Amino acid sequence: MASQAKTNVIDPLIDNNPITLQVLGICSALAVTTNMMASLIMCIALTTVCAFSGAFISAIRKHIPGNIRIIVQMTIIASLVIIVDQVLKAYAYEASKQLSVFVGLIITNCIVLGRAEAYAMKNPPLLSFLDGIGNGLGYSLILMSVAFFRELLGAGKLFGVQVIPVASEGGWYIPNGLMLLPPSAFFVIGLMIWGIRTWKKEQVEKPDYQIHQVHRTEVL
Amino acid sequence: MADSTEKKGFLGSFLSLPNDNPKKTLFVAIMLCLVCSILVSTAAVSLKPLQTSNKKDDIKRNILAVTGLSDQEGTLDELFSRFEVKLVDLDTGLYAISDIDPVVYDQRKASADPMMSVALPGGQDIAGISRRANMAPVYLLTEGDTIKQVVLPVHGYGLWSTLYGFLSLEGDFNTITGLRFYEHAETPGLGGEVDNPKWRAKWDGKKVFDEEGNVEIRVVRGYVDEKTANAEHKVDGLSGATLTSNGVTNLLQYWLGDHGFGPYLKNMRSELGK
Repeated sequence: MASQAKTNVIDPLIDNNPITLQVLGICSALAVTTNMMASLIMCIALTTVCAFSGAFISAIRKHIPGNIRIIVQMTIIASLVIIVDQVLKAYAYEASKQLSVFVGLIITNCIVLGRAEAYAMKNPPLLSFLDGIGNGLGYSLILMSVAFFRELLGAGKLFGVQVIPVASEGGWYIPNGLMLLPPSAFFVIGLMIWGIRTWKKEQVEKPDYQIHQVHRTEVL
Repeated sequence: MADSTEKKGFLGSFLSLPNDNPKKTLFVAIMLCLVCSILVSTAAVSLKPLQTSNKKDDIKRNILAVTGLSDQEGTLDELFSRFEVKLVDLDTGLYAISDIDPVVYDQRKASADPMMSVALPGGQDIAGISRRANMAPVYLLTEGDTIKQVVLPVHGYGLWSTLYGFLSLEGDFNTITGLRFYEHAETPGLGGEVDNPKWRAKWDGKKVFDEEGNVEIRVVRGYVDEKTANAEHKVDGLSGATLTSNGVTNLLQYWLGDHGFGPYLKNMRSELGK
């Protein structure tokens, strides 16, 4: 149990990362990573939703009718997201203004529904909760790294603090505007997946099919 | 068998049904919806006061910031109480006579209400706002009898979103002292640079009207050479954000023009001339 709990939290960080291995939740990874502060709040919101939805769904898993299970999961996830959104609007107004629709879009984040369907439906609440935390952290790790590069190269800032003096304010660095546009997140995530798969060879997928060497005897 | 169901009670009798039983499916769906809706509405209702006050404070903070008052000592409400809030009837350009409290008046809500707003025909709607409220609040900063500064709410469409902001003018109703957007969703780093303090500072001292009283203020491409003619009506464009820059020009042209605050500003200016 204890070792299972540990795996649930540690495993999704690199070995089974929801973004770089499962390639889920890319949409918000593109949208909110222009600055680190917005990404951080998004990560906290997603981790909370993922963990609690896992726990709640798992708690009633034995009574969820198979034919409406996705709707049941979505209802629980959507309710949690609305609550998170309301709390942000009340206690972190500035941040919620910046994230605008993206908090609401956690509902459609594939990671949350993916974990609910794949894990919480078959495992006890505490483990599902930890699984949610783990996957939320895995998502956060990638999001924060992407945001780090995008904010640093795109605006010369980290968490809104100027670290590289940019040319428009008398410094030497000319910010790369492309880094602030969504496509750059694709490049950054792509490079990260490449890096991780070079480091951990077992993540490399087998090709779907291989060109078969035809022997003379087979043709005949 | 019947006895054991009896003991479980109403709830238990449902729960003990097999999961694919239609009765149970219905029961689970209804219970789930009930629980979730109670949770959501509790959160929404209990956090509402905090959210509204956040929103109001944010608007006040922006009004203070656009007039440069936010650097001064004092709490938000103390500073804000120096402003006199009045409602302007946009068609006549006079202060509106109505029993609506100007402080509570919500221009955005009014713009959606057919009783309190007008639909704009295509040619008139340069700011891309489709409806305009009949009345708009103005925030006056007075000293004795003279008006020192006036803050006008403006909004219009940029590239992705409607930009909401405040424009502050000096007592001559011509010289700009600040322009600040408090809500928009333009591309961060490009159009989002409307929030850049360096760019906002460029508005300070620009003039809205030319000699004939036409609205001349605009954002132009590239840099504005201070020596050229009309430089006082032009502000540097945001690089990489032509459409947002155009949006800012359009919304200012609209709100300062004949269908926006134009009649009001004209009245006030002619009063100054007397």
